[in-house]
Amino acid sequence: MLRLEKRPTPSRFWLYATPPVAVILTMIAGGILFAAMGKNPFEVIRTIFWDPVFGEFAFYLRGQLLVKAGPLILIAIGLALGFRAGIWNIGAEGQYIMGAIIGASVGLAVFPTENRLIFPVMVIAGAFGGWAWAMIPAILKTRFNTNEILVSLMLVYVAQTILAKASTGFLKNPEGMGFPGSRNFSSYPAAQNAELIAGTGLHWGGVAALVTAVLAWILLTRHQAGFQIRLAGQAPRAARFHGVSPARLVVLCMGISGALAGMAGLFEVTGPAGQISIDFNTGYGFTAIIVAFLGRLNPLGIVLAGFLMALTYVGGEMAATNLGLPAAAIQVFQGMLLFFLLAVDVLTNYRFRLAVGAH
Amino acid sequence: MTRPELLRVEGITKAYPGVVANSDVSFSIGEGEVHALLGENGAGKSTMVKMIYGLVRPDSGTMTLRGAAYQPSKPAEARRLGVAMVFQHFSLFEALNVAENVALGMENPPPMRELAARIRAVSEEYGLPLDPSRMVGDLSAGERQRVEIIRCLLQDPKLLIMDEPTSVLTPQEVEILFKTLRQLSREGTAILYISHKLEEIRSLCDEATILRRGKVVATCTPRERTAREMAELMVGTSLKTPERRVAEKGEVALGVSDLSAASPIPFGTSLKGISFTVAKGEVLGIAGVAGNGQDELLLALSGELRAAPDKVRVVGQPVGDLGPVERRRAGLVAAPEDRYGHAAAPDMSLVENAFLTAGVRKGLTKNGFVDWAGTRRFAEEIIAAYDVRTPGPDVAARALSGGNLQKFLMGRELMQGASVIVINQPTWGVDAAAAAQIRQSILDRAGEGAAVVVISQDLDELLEVSDSFAVLNEGRLTKPRPTEGLTMDEIGLMMGGAHGMEVAHHAEA
Repeated sequence: MLRLEKRPTPSRFWLYATPPVAVILTMIAGGILFAAMGKNPFEVIRTIFWDPVFGEFAFYLRGQLLVKAGPLILIAIGLALGFRAGIWNIGAEGQYIMGAIIGASVGLAVFPTENRLIFPVMVIAGAFGGWAWAMIPAILKTRFNTNEILVSLMLVYVAQTILAKASTGFLKNPEGMGFPGSRNFSSYPAAQNAELIAGTGLHWGGVAALVTAVLAWILLTRHQAGFQIRLAGQAPRAARFHGVSPARLVVLCMGISGALAGMAGLFEVTGPAGQISIDFNTGYGFTAIIVAFLGRLNPLGIVLAGFLMALTYVGGEMAATNLGLPAAAIQVFQGMLLFFLLAVDVLTNYRFRLAVGAH
Repeated sequence: MTRPELLRVEGITKAYPGVVANSDVSFSIGEGEVHALLGENGAGKSTMVKMIYGLVRPDSGTMTLRGAAYQPSKPAEARRLGVAMVFQHFSLFEALNVAENVALGMENPPPMRELAARIRAVSEEYGLPLDPSRMVGDLSAGERQRVEIIRCLLQDPKLLIMDEPTSVLTPQEVEILFKTLRQLSREGTAILYISHKLEEIRSLCDEATILRRGKVVATCTPRERTAREMAELMVGTSLKTPERRVAEKGEVALGVSDLSAASPIPFGTSLKGISFTVAKGEVLGIAGVAGNGQDELLLALSGELRAAPDKVRVVGQPVGDLGPVERRRAGLVAAPEDRYGHAAAPDMSLVENAFLTAGVRKGLTKNGFVDWAGTRRFAEEIIAAYDVRTPGPDVAARALSGGNLQKFLMGRELMQGASVIVINQPTWGVDAAAAAQIRQSILDRAGEGAAVVVISQDLDELLEVSDSFAVLNEGRLTKPRPTEGLTMDEIGLMMGGAHGMEVAHHAEA
């Protein structure tokens, strides 16, 4: 009989081997799923993982990778800081929406003024919006000991309602002939988050994501606050003994993850999405949770994981249009990735043993 | 006198990854015999009895119970065959009463009323006063142990295993327990008694098997040996008693006045009006049975539990409202009892664990950034100075044995040049040689002028290191007295005598 046994020290090999193994297992299980749906599994897997980078339309799709990876990385890094500390912000999607609404509102309020400061101010306002939305679960947790998982998740649905109101009401384009949605930022240069290098898909959000990854890595490995975050997650009592105030840590981690999610929302709405619309958000806030874990809650790992997840998005869309796969099948595929990741992750701290003679 | 053989253990070997817990262990116990299993922490005593109780399976070797092959695969089977065990750590539900707790441990519990009557009967028969309707959360450690013992006795065992039973008892409670054990022995119940307390073993046990590093190194009749002889058999070398320095008592370095605090721990003990002072160069020993406020006192001194500013003063500075970081800056360092998760983060490296408390006093941060190179140097200094056995400073704390980690953690606090040092259970779970070394360094720091508070449940340890002595009992601290001239009887009375005797009188009335 197989038995799990705790390792004396975490395995370094499995720490790094877990993500690739999980990806391979996902491909196998996903392949079986696609085969059961009557598709050629090899063709689907190739469409998802190979074609976006090396296929016929790669020149366009490669740019799309960065467009999708940017917000995922930015949000996932913020979430990872909290997850490291044992603070579970599940509501990044809501903070992302609120950041977009607040940031866009600032830009739209001064329309059509042209000033170079408008876009930076909008970024700050977006970060503020996400931060403020994250402060609700943070303060409720520190004051009334509510569960931040539930509160942050519920606030996503509140944010979606506000988004619907914004796109059909207070942010609706007055020249939009009655259609829901705000003015399009592509026709407002001062507030637009344009592609920086043509064809690469790189916009300010991608730059922010990469810079944030490096900063977060420095924070975690070199700075005292990073040490406290890791300590609080691993040994909460030792953290209090060290001198960490649990309440301040909750506010700090929720605040950072909220601000980054809000910023990602602003970059999205002023760039790839173009406008506040009732469904401009495409679930990046939730997918970023998978990205955070896939990247081992490590900022540099998250960058790689962000691109991998972007690949399943871009490739998944291709598979959906070219091969007629339902979008739900792609979501199942992404969910499998997290499932296998967490399952294989057990091997970092445990190993299998053949129990001799036991029954 | 020869007794019919009850249990024979032959050639038992059990290995865990990286460590052989028992190697070719053999001994036998006669019916009604009180047999000591003696050895330092980590000698393999607990693993041995877990195999007898069916919690762990031996890799090789045989056991026979009354001549029949005995290989229990689970504790229930061991119990059915007449083997019972009282653990060092109790497994009781604090929110249930005594009878309910006993019922939970039985396969077919009788109706509650009947069970309560049987508990009363057994508790009176064996002189273990216990009221079946009391809530376990309200009981002292000694009374909780009685619950466990009575739970075993209701099964009418042939062999009763007791794992370090006296570590939670006052001297008076130890006497009550020993009377019970002697009575059981007279009635034919064999007792396998695990301890490293030699005087107890001399007064109670008929035979002793001494383990060192998993092997049987000697068997002896404890009454015919001195405690020192047995200790040397146990440790394998001759022991050195710590040297006391001649210290001038200086001015007051730590002053606590009328400190009260509610316990943050569920079913914990609140601190009630604690007052004491410790002078430079003085060691104050605080005794007490576990669960009488030791953890809370440590939290209140380390800064994890806060009070009004002037309740705690370090070298004249009020620090009662300050947190751990500011208190360390003011000159107070503290070492909690629980190594895994409180004093240290088990999954972090020794370097990171060194930073855990030493960052402030060792100046290991610059503009909020951690000086890891400096921290590593400090961790290496601790490892060298305290003879910590580890492959290097980068291994996870949990990879170290308990004793080695404790040496590291003691070194971490003692090497910060603090003026006040508070330690809860400095040598808990540490082998004799390392314990002697830790006590010596505590005395050395005091000799250099530090004020030291040692909270411990080991009376011998406190008598060895402390200049003054106080007892924590139900969250209250007795007035500290000079250690010199204190007798065991006086200490026992300071510790509150035997808990729950009054309950026994009620039960008899």
